[in-house]
Amino acid sequence: MSILVNKDTKIIVQGLTGKTGTFHTEQALQYYGTKMVAGVHPKKGGESWASGVDASASLPIFATVGEAREATGADASVIYVPPAGAGAAIIEAIDAEVPFIVCITEGIPVADMVKVKAKLEKSKSRLLGPNCPGILTPEECKIGIMPGSIFKKGSVGVVSRSGTLTYEAVFQTSNAGLGQTTAVGIGGDPVKGTEFIDVLEMFLADDETQSIIMIGEIGGSAEEEAAQFLKDEAKKGRKKPMAGFIAGRTAPPGRTMGHAGAVISGGKGGAEDKIAAMEEAGIKVSPSPAKLGETLLEVLKG
Amino acid sequence: MNIHEYQAKAVLKQFGAPVAEGVAIFSADEAEAAAKSLPGPLWVVKSQIHAGGRGKGKFKELGPDAKGGVRLAFSLDEVTSHAKEMLGNTLVTAQTGDAGKVVNRLYIEDGADIERELYLSILVDRTVGRPAFVVSTEGGMDIEAVAHDTPEKIITLPIDPDTGVTETDSAKLCDALELTGLAREDGMKLFPILHTAFVEKDMALLEVNPLIVMKDGHLRVLDAKVSFDGNALFRHDDIMALRDETEEDAKEIEASKYDLAYVALDGDIGCMVNGAGLAMATMDIIKLYGAEPANFLDVGGGASKEKVTAAFKIITSDPNVKGILVNIFGGIMRCDVIAEGVIAAVQDVGLKVPLVVRLEGTNVELGKKIINESGLNVIAADDLDDAAQKIVKAVKGGA
Repeated sequence: MSILVNKDTKIIVQGLTGKTGTFHTEQALQYYGTKMVAGVHPKKGGESWASGVDASASLPIFATVGEAREATGADASVIYVPPAGAGAAIIEAIDAEVPFIVCITEGIPVADMVKVKAKLEKSKSRLLGPNCPGILTPEECKIGIMPGSIFKKGSVGVVSRSGTLTYEAVFQTSNAGLGQTTAVGIGGDPVKGTEFIDVLEMFLADDETQSIIMIGEIGGSAEEEAAQFLKDEAKKGRKKPMAGFIAGRTAPPGRTMGHAGAVISGGKGGAEDKIAAMEEAGIKVSPSPAKLGETLLEVLKG
Repeated sequence: MNIHEYQAKAVLKQFGAPVAEGVAIFSADEAEAAAKSLPGPLWVVKSQIHAGGRGKGKFKELGPDAKGGVRLAFSLDEVTSHAKEMLGNTLVTAQTGDAGKVVNRLYIEDGADIERELYLSILVDRTVGRPAFVVSTEGGMDIEAVAHDTPEKIITLPIDPDTGVTETDSAKLCDALELTGLAREDGMKLFPILHTAFVEKDMALLEVNPLIVMKDGHLRVLDAKVSFDGNALFRHDDIMALRDETEEDAKEIEASKYDLAYVALDGDIGCMVNGAGLAMATMDIIKLYGAEPANFLDVGGGASKEKVTAAFKIITSDPNVKGILVNIFGGIMRCDVIAEGVIAAVQDVGLKVPLVVRLEGTNVELGKKIINESGLNVIAADDLDDAAQKIVKAVKGGA
């Protein structure tokens, strides 16, 4: 099994016609035939999109998410819309009752995400991101911007706040021969859809996921909350071997480190507290981002 | 983006918040006229720098016995003499670091009779994804110390974005701050005003410390610290106009022109990385191998060759940099684009320090080929661990 997406997931693209949307849609189509079914553009409804790399690949474009969903029966949407309009794009997908929405866009104003979050809480949709690399189930489905070539079908569930560190974890677990069930990038923004706990719950419930890598970073308290969740679940007998990493041990307080969410403020959100909480929950935290695979192998050997 | 106290107060005043009358000045000649335009007989002369702890701060040039960065004046002459002492000198506070910050602007403000000092701030509470008020009766002091020593004295109230601040919310805040009589009436009006300002101007932080109850029973915003969500500045030209570039690192300003996330640090290994998490992790691993990073730099997703070139030039413009580590795991970012950008920059500015390049991910083979065929003296690395060890060795070996 996998979580959230598989070979049957049908995906529409909001922001397909831009350069980024086009490039990554081409990549997705080439990745084991991920079922990209349509694009959305308010002014280009009725037109079609053609892949620049595969002459046989084209997708219909609809003016709204609602129309695209109705025509294709899509169960997911991926958003590449630029930051100023991305909040509205997510809301359009929520209104169209898309079950799973993945927003790749980086740099959305926090206030826009506050509105999205309020709307999301009253809906049945799940949002992944924004400011995330997306989600990938090896050999089945790629939504977002993760490089498919580094994946290998296997047994590790990967969840991360950082895009490129997700790739590190995937690459290293592939090289270690373990492979992945699904890799999920939850994104680096302070206000987002899916949190660590949501993904960890799914990995714990998924039979094929035999171990988990969780990658956090400075800022906020999501890692501490996830650690508490894991401790509570372990008491109920639900537990899987885990390795982890926290980025930003050397980051100075008060400075935002690229991600809007990555800032140590008011003495909170520092790496050491997070590492301590994760270790206490039974996660072996690697001191080096280059030893994620190795650390997980050690945990698995006992 | 941060702004000065006087600018923050002007923004809040637009929304109807009670602030004292005041005038910002840039030279001591303006001090007397500024003070004369205010009611008196008490004035406050406040250094305008983007850092807290100004009252307890010390001027580097004036010696340990001189007064701090916020001073009371009881006469017009005193306003002028303070202005002369403060302007152009370097204020060192708990937040500026040892280098301190040069005071180029002062704010001359009408004095207030203080009965009680309270704390109030608004920021987005990420656990609930909503703006939240944080208030405490313990105002005027370091709120982090209050949070540490007496956490029960800090009260947090998230606000529903669909309703804004309700009367019930305002009443709760009044209760938390123990406001009665006139101050309570003021509070019921002030809390929605501050929330509106926070939302409409896309603030990241609005901190009023202290919010005061005056001897006449009214509330006043005595100090104000405001910072804005950098991602939302595109829709606030009025706020952008308040930016004071003299408060920022020159390299960081240059980086922001190219939409690069750059933070200057104290070490000697320059880093160019894609992704904030990997950029932080690259700093961490450099430290793990016994060296220090010179910067945080995330070239971001979908960077162009021009952006990569600019990033490389910013790194090499730092005289502390003794080696450079380029660490790219391409997803959105394509390795060939990075390779072309690095080569263009090296051809343009030259390469005087060791350069280690580690490429992985989208179009990696093409990226490696471009680097290999460039004839540049680049140390190739197989993975992150190898890259970190090689750059640390190259820098330490050369020292």
